[in-house]
Amino acid sequence: MDYIDPHIHMVSRTTDDYATLARMGCVAMSEPAFWAGYDRGSVDGFRDYFRQLTEVEPRRAAQFGIQHFTWLCINAKEAENVSLSRDVIAMIPEFIDAPNVLGIGEIGLNKNTKNEATVFLEHIDLAMKFNQLILIHTPHLEDKYQGTRMILDMLTSDSRIDPSRVLVDHVEEHTIGEVLDRGFWAGMTLYPVTKCTPERAADMIERFGGQRLLANSAGDWGPSKPTAVPDLIFELRRRGHQESLIRKVVYDNPIAFFSQSKNFHFLPRR
Amino acid sequence: MSRLISDRSADAVLNESFLELRAKLLEVAATLDRIDRAGTTQPATSATANRRSQIQGAIEVLLSGEPDRAATLQQLFSREYQPDWRTEMKL
Repeated sequence: MDYIDPHIHMVSRTTDDYATLARMGCVAMSEPAFWAGYDRGSVDGFRDYFRQLTEVEPRRAAQFGIQHFTWLCINAKEAENVSLSRDVIAMIPEFIDAPNVLGIGEIGLNKNTKNEATVFLEHIDLAMKFNQLILIHTPHLEDKYQGTRMILDMLTSDSRIDPSRVLVDHVEEHTIGEVLDRGFWAGMTLYPVTKCTPERAADMIERFGGQRLLANSAGDWGPSKPTAVPDLIFELRRRGHQESLIRKVVYDNPIAFFSQSKNFHFLPRR
Repeated sequence: MSRLISDRSADAVLNESFLELRAKLLEVAATLDRIDRAGTTQPATSATANRRSQIQGAIEVLLSGEPDRAATLQQLFSREYQPDWRTEMKL
């Protein structure tokens, strides 16, 4: 089955991973800007990173017939440096018209601090100013519930924001309901230990249906599995679910959400 | 909320999950045994005591027979949400 991974960090992966993903049915992916594993020291560090996201990775993906899209931001872990964050936010417009940019992301919270919230709100302003889609990172482990509620508070208190243009990622059993109830798209991240397994993602699909629900691998430089979305496909098949439901979650929904961006020119496989 | 039920019966789900569930329960039991065997060399910190309490609470949730155990466990391991956080942070 053709599928789209809506959240994967290919700058951290080898070219062999692109080859494997293509063979597993991945036809497109979107790569949010994220933490490099260390705090970058200058706005030029981010400028180079954004060139990698908008120039290098699309070329690398294209070698395997995969269409590569991306999102720009300074991530929540580096948002404690508010001064640097503001410099990066001011620089993002240099790249916002690059042909594979879908919007602003992954923005959100990490430890749910005032600085993180401040930088999050300034990213929201940027997205609204440039009419961009938004991709949200919700915190990990014990911080997820509190952080998700804080993020939803900030989003819903801003009358400029249309929830149908926002994807809230890394939802789990205790956060998915509120995200969907408030009209946002929800992304389940299939990631070992700290997030969600394919089996639990299949449980959430059974409980909440496939409407406005996506699944991603968030494959990155940590312990992660870039082929996790095919694992979910096989788990749903094993349970006897219809191909139409599976296709909706792993293919139709990403297309529907991304199609709200003027830069999403997706060419389905013939 | 829509519920999509595949054609499988509860017995079928239990039977297909049994070995995996058994293995996970054994991992929990063995880990608790390992913690006990390690002994105590110094007083537990409040963070450690809190983690012990969370694990104990989680096991009780599993035994409760209530629905939505996964969401309940997630809440048990979560920090509390403060609705007035914006006022507190002056944001």
